[in-house]
Amino acid sequence: MGYFVKNRVIYRKFQAKSEQNKFRMNTLSRVVITGVGLTAPNGNNLTEFRQNLLNGISGVSTIETHYMGNMIAGVCNFDPLKYQKKKDVRRGTRAGSIATYCANEAILDSSVDFPNQDKSRIGVYIGITEHGNVETEHEIYNISQHNYDVKFWTHHHNPRTVANNPAGEVTLNLEITGPHYCIGAACAAGNIGIIQGLQMLQLGEIDLAIAGGVSESCQTFGIFAAFKSQGALAEHSDPKKASRPFDKNRNGIVVSEGGCLFTLERLEDAQKRGAKIYGEIVGYAINSDATDFVLPNPERQGECINLALKKAGIKAEDIDIVNTHATSTPQGDIQECEMIRKIFGNCKTTFINNTKSFIGHCMGAAGSLELAGNLPSFSDNLVHPTINIDELDESCRINNLVMHKPHQAESVNYILNNSFGMVGINSVLIVKKFLSQ
Amino acid sequence: MTNEQVRQAVLDIIADIAPDEDISDINDAKPLRDQIELDSMDFLDIVLELRKRYGVEVPEADYPQLNTLASCVTYLSPKLKNK
Repeated sequence: MGYFVKNRVIYRKFQAKSEQNKFRMNTLSRVVITGVGLTAPNGNNLTEFRQNLLNGISGVSTIETHYMGNMIAGVCNFDPLKYQKKKDVRRGTRAGSIATYCANEAILDSSVDFPNQDKSRIGVYIGITEHGNVETEHEIYNISQHNYDVKFWTHHHNPRTVANNPAGEVTLNLEITGPHYCIGAACAAGNIGIIQGLQMLQLGEIDLAIAGGVSESCQTFGIFAAFKSQGALAEHSDPKKASRPFDKNRNGIVVSEGGCLFTLERLEDAQKRGAKIYGEIVGYAINSDATDFVLPNPERQGECINLALKKAGIKAEDIDIVNTHATSTPQGDIQECEMIRKIFGNCKTTFINNTKSFIGHCMGAAGSLELAGNLPSFSDNLVHPTINIDELDESCRINNLVMHKPHQAESVNYILNNSFGMVGINSVLIVKKFLSQ
Repeated sequence: MTNEQVRQAVLDIIADIAPDEDISDINDAKPLRDQIELDSMDFLDIVLELRKRYGVEVPEADYPQLNTLASCVTYLSPKLKNK
C-alpha cells in the first residue's frame, strides 16, 4: 500500500472515530484539575481569592500609566521574587512573572512530586489576550526620552515580546523541557489554555499540563485609550464600584491584570498518586461569531454553550452555576443575559454570577481566574455573588442572578464558565464535581 | 569624573544589571565574569546603560576593554573625564 493511500485509510478510520466522538468525551481519557495557582487583584492564592469573593471584597484600585495618568485598574500585588531571581524579573516580562508565580503555586498546590517528574512530559499552555504591547510601549517611551534614537532600544525586546514569552518563562524557571506555547484568543483565552492542556493529555502528548491564562494588559496605556475611544472604559469616583456588570449605571470595562494556571492530569494518574481533585473537565466548546470585530454575537455564544453541554452529555438544568463573561459594558451585558435567559431561563436550580464585578476584566486570565473562584463551590455549596449592582438594569434581569451576598445552594455538581473575546471568539468550559466512585 | 567616580559608576550599573550578586568585594584585577554571573546579554545591558546614563559609546571592537573593573576604569576614564 502506497504511503498516501495508507494514510488516507488511516485518516478515514480517524474521521469515523471523530464522528463517533463528536459529542462525547467519555471515550477519551478523563482529565481532572489537581492544582490551582493564581494571582488576582483581590488575592494571591485560591483561599484568599475565594474568601474575598464570598465577603464581597473588590480588588480594583488604580495604576499610573504613561500618557493617561492614573487609571482605574485591577492590579496584582503578588511577590515575583517568591519564585524568580531579581535578574529574571528585570530581563523578563510582567506576563512572564505572573505566569511563573502561578505555575509554581499550582505545582505546590498539586503536591505532585515535581523533582522526580519527567520534565519532558510536562506541557505549558497559556491563554493570552495579547502579548508584547506593554514592552513595546515602554521601549517607545524610553526612546522618546532620547529623541527617538533607536540605538537606545533594548536588545531584550525580542525575547520579551515573542508570543510564547509567558509560557517560555515558566519553562525556564521550572526547567520544563516539554512543549510550551501561548494561545492568543482575546478574552476567551483563559478557558482555551485549559482546553489545550486537556486535549494534549487526551492525545497522550504529555502527562502533566500547566494550563490557563495570564494578562498584564493594564501595564500599558493602549488598552485604556482604545476602550475609552470606543466608549467602553469604566469611569467611577470609587474604583471599587467601577466594575458593575448588570447594574443600570454601568459604563464600561475595568482593565485588570492577573493569572491563573491549573495543573491538569489524566484521572488515572491523579488517582494513582492520591491527588486532591478539584473537579473534572467534562465539557468544553470553542466557536467563532464570524460577524464583527468587536460586537459579540449572543446566538453564537448560545451555540457554544449548547455544544459544551452536548459534549458533557448533560442538559442546561444540570448546571448549578453559570459564571458569566459580562464585562460591565452597556450592550454586551444585555446580550449575554438574553442568551442566558433562552438557555437557562427555566432552570430552577441554576444560579448565575459574575466575578468581574470584584476584579475587573483580567483579559487573558479572566476565564481561568473566574473558574478558579467558583471551584470551591463543589465543597461549600456556596455561589459567590455579583457585587456592585445598586440598581439592576431591567434588561439584565435573569432568574437566579446571585447579587450582593453568596447563595447557599443545596448542592453544586456542575459549573459552566463563559469566556468570550473580540473578533468573535467564544469559549465555554463545564467542570463537574469529582466523586471518587 | 575622577577614576574613583568612574569605578563607582560602573559598579552602580553592574548592581542594576546583576541585582542578585554581591558586588561589595569585587577584585578590580580579575575578570568580572569570573566573579559574578554576567552573560553576553548582561554585557550588552552594561554597554546600553553607559550610553543612556553618560552618552558613552563603546564600539564592539572595544568590548574586551571592559573585562575587569580596572580595565573599565582605564578605558572609560578619558571618555568620562568631562562628565
